[in-house]
Amino acid sequence: MSKQVKRLDRVIIRFAGDSGDGMQLTGDRFTQESAVYGNDLSTLPNFPAEIRAPQGTLPGVSSFQVHFADHDILTPGDAPDVLVAMNPAALRANLGDLPKGATIVVDTHDFTARNLTKAGYADNPLEDESLEEYAVHALDLTGMTVEAVKEFGLSRKDAARAKNMFALGLLSWLYGRPTESTIAFLQKRFAKVPDIRDANVAAYRAGWNFGETTETFVVSYEIKPAPMPTGTYRNITGNLALSYGLIAGGVQSGLPIFLGSYPITPASDILHELSKHKSFGVTTFQAEDEIAGIGAAIGASFSGSLGITTTSGPGITLKSESIGLAVMTELPLLVIDVQRGGPSTGLPTKTEQADLLQAMFGRNGESPVPIVAPRSPGDCFDAALEAIRIAITYRTPVMLLSDGMLANGSEPWRVPELSELPEIDPGFATEPNHVVSTSSTNGRGSTDGKREFWPYLRDEQTLARPWAIPGTPGLEHRIGGLEKGDGHGNISYDPANHDFMVRTRAAKVERIAESLPPLEVDDPDGNAKVLVLGWGSTYGPIGAGVRRVRKAGYHVAQVHLRHLNPLPRDLGEILERYDKVLIPEMNLGQLALLVRARYLVDAVGYNHVRGLPLKAAELAEAIGNLVADAEGIEVDLTGAETVDATTGRDEG
Amino acid sequence: MSGTDLGLPAVRSGIELVPSVDEDTPAQTGKDFTSNQEVRWCPGCGDYAVLKAVQGFLPDLGLRRENIVFVSGIGCSSRFPYYLETYGMHSIHGRAPSIATGIATSREDLSVWVVTGEGDALSIGGNHLIHALRRNVNMTILLFNNRIYGLTKGQYSPTSETGKITKSTPMGSLDHPFNPVSLALGAEATFVARTIDSDRKHLTGVLSAAAGHRGTSFVEIYQNCPIFNDGAFDAVKSPVTRDEAIIPLVHGEPIRFGTDGSRGLIRDSATGGVKVVAVGDEPDQVSADDVLVHDAFSPDATTAFAISRLTDAGRLHQAPIGIFRQVSRPTYDDLARDQIAQAGAGVTGSKSERLAALIGGGDTWTVA
Repeated sequence: MSKQVKRLDRVIIRFAGDSGDGMQLTGDRFTQESAVYGNDLSTLPNFPAEIRAPQGTLPGVSSFQVHFADHDILTPGDAPDVLVAMNPAALRANLGDLPKGATIVVDTHDFTARNLTKAGYADNPLEDESLEEYAVHALDLTGMTVEAVKEFGLSRKDAARAKNMFALGLLSWLYGRPTESTIAFLQKRFAKVPDIRDANVAAYRAGWNFGETTETFVVSYEIKPAPMPTGTYRNITGNLALSYGLIAGGVQSGLPIFLGSYPITPASDILHELSKHKSFGVTTFQAEDEIAGIGAAIGASFSGSLGITTTSGPGITLKSESIGLAVMTELPLLVIDVQRGGPSTGLPTKTEQADLLQAMFGRNGESPVPIVAPRSPGDCFDAALEAIRIAITYRTPVMLLSDGMLANGSEPWRVPELSELPEIDPGFATEPNHVVSTSSTNGRGSTDGKREFWPYLRDEQTLARPWAIPGTPGLEHRIGGLEKGDGHGNISYDPANHDFMVRTRAAKVERIAESLPPLEVDDPDGNAKVLVLGWGSTYGPIGAGVRRVRKAGYHVAQVHLRHLNPLPRDLGEILERYDKVLIPEMNLGQLALLVRARYLVDAVGYNHVRGLPLKAAELAEAIGNLVADAEGIEVDLTGAETVDATTGRDEG
Repeated sequence: MSGTDLGLPAVRSGIELVPSVDEDTPAQTGKDFTSNQEVRWCPGCGDYAVLKAVQGFLPDLGLRRENIVFVSGIGCSSRFPYYLETYGMHSIHGRAPSIATGIATSREDLSVWVVTGEGDALSIGGNHLIHALRRNVNMTILLFNNRIYGLTKGQYSPTSETGKITKSTPMGSLDHPFNPVSLALGAEATFVARTIDSDRKHLTGVLSAAAGHRGTSFVEIYQNCPIFNDGAFDAVKSPVTRDEAIIPLVHGEPIRFGTDGSRGLIRDSATGGVKVVAVGDEPDQVSADDVLVHDAFSPDATTAFAISRLTDAGRLHQAPIGIFRQVSRPTYDDLARDQIAQAGAGVTGSKSERLAALIGGGDTWTVA
């Protein structure tokens, strides 16, 4: 039968179920299908810290939100247009996020008295009027799945487990997704268990066919591919892009990679990924604890590898003393913090960006560490390379601040050509760098005219010290955590020397700013009085919020920071150009604190720590209020908040 | 090599992959390994003796000086690297074994040494020590045990005897001490030895065997702190008492000690351990033929552990000295390098070509 096909510019779907229902896989497959189809997209996985939280309960609900569009989008979306709920708990946990009129596809199979009670429902919401504001499709997805896979002779439990693929098939039909990649994926994934493989493929096809042939759905939708710059694309998560960036850094610098790490959510996937790529000369060391992970990385850096350690906030806390050692010994080192909700164990699977001040100041003494932050999943690749460039060029530990949203979220990523990647020269020291003279006051008692190696003699431009690795004859030297004498690097307790070295270490980090390109100021007509300044994963929500404000006819400028330390040299001058500065962050105002202190600018914070990305609509309101204040006008954003299906621009 | 003959046959060497000095260059001396830094330990400190012994012993290895790395933590003994003309790192408290693990794993051509004290290795760094030992990373750990915290001026340490009166324990310490050798054996160490700072010949012999062992070599060195714990090891050092106090362990030799070998070790069938007995032909003595013969190569560490238990936990009057255990087991660093070699064996193309293939892999699409 022929059905009506309606064109949409963008859709937000949330797949929700029990944490054992395979919702992450379902969402991931739908995402891959959409990516291959050519939509722009952004995803938000959201799952409990418990591997298998009690079945059927609200805390056990796992969800995956995907926003896909025929145009450039920036966020996973504030509110889903479609909710797929596999049980009562999934419905209840997510209903509050749905706008009126949203579509709900619900598996009725688990709507038993027991499961309704577990989810906190006194009455079955499918049988009363509580859902009448939504377009509800109540279907026995499990029952239909079991029926569809009957021929494979699976137990009822195993048969029912394919229900997520039935749901995926149905949604794939509804939105005209290509099916080949998912079928190929299932065939590969379950290659060793043919009956499970065949059941999953059959369930997926049955879901598709159910949409196609029954009269449950009278309309299907089409979301055209989004125009994108030419190139080869793939869908990529932040943790994968970051891992590839690290491998690329090894190739581009010619250095072996040494990752010392201890498993921690949400950073472990980087360890998992790198451990698969030993053929690139990558060593992965799963240490006994966070401290040993960074310790081994420092040892590897001392020996001429690119030492890396990966962790999340609690791990950074444990590594602080070791980071200080790397600051003092001035060795290249990459410290990757995939931030999560804190303090303490906090919210292990939820996102936050509250480790900025820890990265800046979380060590004893004056201990400056450069900080870079990626702004989107794909950008993690470039951020990793930039962090490696700084670490090697300036002989310093570098902190890279990713977060849970970037780590697990995904987006289409244009695969770069190798010629676009920076060349990084380790520039190992190979010979003595100092001629002893009688006037020398180094106290080493060497003879006049003899050449020797001074491990703390600095490059004039970068202030970096030489990197002399064991095995290099004539350059034997000792480094450590005690204060170094300028130049010769022997232990020094001299007051003037300490003052000089503290200032020199700070000056070295500040020198990095000389190598940074000018900031990109997004202020289309130059009329904005309000600047929105951000860093890290808030790039998407801020960009979406800014678009809404502009769409409603108002002016606002946006700057997003890649480098948090040192701050770019032109930032101060840019801040001065605007009457008001808004700094949205998923913390209580950490960048705002730094900016206010450094530039004496009365920056205003916009802060949420809900473990979820900022919402574009709420952010637009905050920007609008500031615009009203700055320009002395009334700001009305209502026109910008509804989806315009014909122009389809700028819903985030 | 100099030093006491410990009766050990050659096994695959710990320094096999480390480059040697050219044969036509002048022989190295201790001076070649002496840096120009002024040594700043207290007068009479046992650390001087160990430093001299190490500086004197290193030329025997015949290794290129630039391929030797000493790593230390924090404590008096951890100043050691500054005084050696090799590569070195004086790191942070307790972490030297982890840093050395990174060095040894990333470079097969380095001879890696860790210098640590019992506070550094057994208190703040206990975790790293036991994991280095179980992994069997190719390095030699020299644990200077003076049974006191020296650098922080005299608090009790994890090897101090219970009841120790110190600045932090005016009514006596409450903690039961660690026996470092027992701990190392329990942590699956493949080479475990104990020696004494003042017995240069024995110390050098143990160092030589430790350097030659492929894997983590753990060497406890009894070291006197003349300021805060003077005389802690007098029993094993004094010519008057040492024959009665030291139970010498030499592989293949019956374990006998005391004046004229009057005492020895036998298995104790009641406890499953070992015990000290009088040796001789009298009725209440045990025949010399029945004395336990030391087997450092036994795959089972049970007897070595039992012997380690004969060390006094309180004031030291008796301690086994020598190599308790030396067994061969693949090292973590060799295995890690093997995996990299194995992974690289099957691949073709330059790293750049493979990088392009990697990042451009997966489900891709092209926008023209």
